Parts: sequence; C-alpha cells; structure tokens
Amino acid sequence: MASTTFDTVANIIAETCDIPREQITPESHAIDDLGIDSLDFLDIAFAIDKAFGIKLPLEQWTAEVNDGKATTEQYFVLKNLAERIDGLVAAKGA
Amino acid sequence: MRLEYFELVDKIEELNLSEGRILVRGNVPAASPVFEGHFPGHPLVPGVLFVEFMAQASGWILLSKLNFEKMGFLASVKEAKMRNFVQPSTPLLAEAVIEHEGSGYGVTKCKVRKEDGTPVADASITLRIMAFPSS
Repeated sequence: MASTTFDTVANIIAETCDIPREQITPESHAIDDLGIDSLDFLDIAFAIDKAFGIKLPLEQWTAEVNDGKATTEQYFVLKNLAERIDGLVAAKGA
Repeated sequence: MRLEYFELVDKIEELNLSEGRILVRGNVPAASPVFEGHFPGHPLVPGVLFVEFMAQASGWILLSKLNFEKMGFLASVKEAKMRNFVQPSTPLLAEAVIEHEGSGYGVTKCKVRKEDGTPVADASITLRIMAFPSS
C-alpha cells in the first residue's frame, strides 16, 4: 500500500515542482533533498488532498516541528509522508 | 473601488457559507491616478487589479468561513485569463467559490464579470491562511 501511495506522491511532486521523477525516492526529504519550499508544498498538499480525499494536517505538523515535538523527517521524508497519508486514508474509512 | 489604494470590494452582494461562495461588487471609478499611466488618453483597468479583485473576493469568503479568526494571504494565481477590457465607470462583480479548504490554505475558483454578464477575468487562486498580522 505504502509503495502505491509513495508513487502517487512522487508523481505529484515531479509534476508540481518539475523535478525529474527518478530523483525522487522514498528516502528523499522534501525540503532538504528536493528543495521544495512552503509555497510549492501548498500545491503538493492540494494535489495530495484531492488525490486521496484527505486533508493533510499541515498546520498541526508545522506547529509540532516549531515546538520541537516532532522533526521534519517525520513528516517530510517521503516514505514517512506516504505512511501518514495511508493513516489518514484509513482513518477516513474507519 | 479606490484603485490606487487597492480597495476593490465595495459591497458583498451574496454570501453562501454552505456553498463556499461569495459575490462581491466593485465599481470602477470615473477617475483614478492609475488611469493617468494605464494608459494616457486610453484609460483601462490593469489586469493585475482583476487578479487582486479575485484575491480579495477569495479572502472575504475564507475570512467568513474561518469566523474572522484568521485571514488569507495571496499565495499563487493559476490560469489567470483577462478576457475583456474594462474602462472607467464600469460596475464589476467578482465571484469566488471555494474549491478546497486545506490545512493552512484555501483554493478558490474566481470570475470577474460586468453587470451584463460579459466575462472580464478568471483564475484559480490559492491563499495561505494565517493569523492576522497584528496578533
């Protein structure tokens, strides 16, 4: 499941940010490795929200990172992001 | 409208929170310093002000949906099209419909038209939702 989610996210990032798809791996950090800024991430979040029918809790994640309760890796390394998305999709269907 | 002050929304004509839709009015003034340069002898409303008009309409609908606790700041404009010229003393209507309410952002589909329905401009607008600057 996670690989499918990752592929969808990677394709969204490639299309939205004009990044070659082969450069995007599950280990990629969206910010540190791919150079995605907050504005581009809004477009990515919009595409992810639409693709999966969810609402990525970006405000909550940002607050947790800013408060030192979480690291950016937990949310923005793509394999972790895919897992979060799977969790949100599962919670929606529960 | 007071173009030079970017005060473009004169009145909220319709507001439907359940549909996430707003219709606002802005009456283009007969005279403005903007027209002195755009263009000398041929006054036309600059296209960027239509974009701003749509952004302000989007801001009002998101502000209303957020119960005036946060506000939207223009983040991106996509597929903006300027479809007709607008001269001084023209009443305009801008409609914004929320396409998606994300976490910390909102996306709207917007259209500007003249009172007779003539299309003026349209775009997809993304606003970043943040606390008011003074808070």
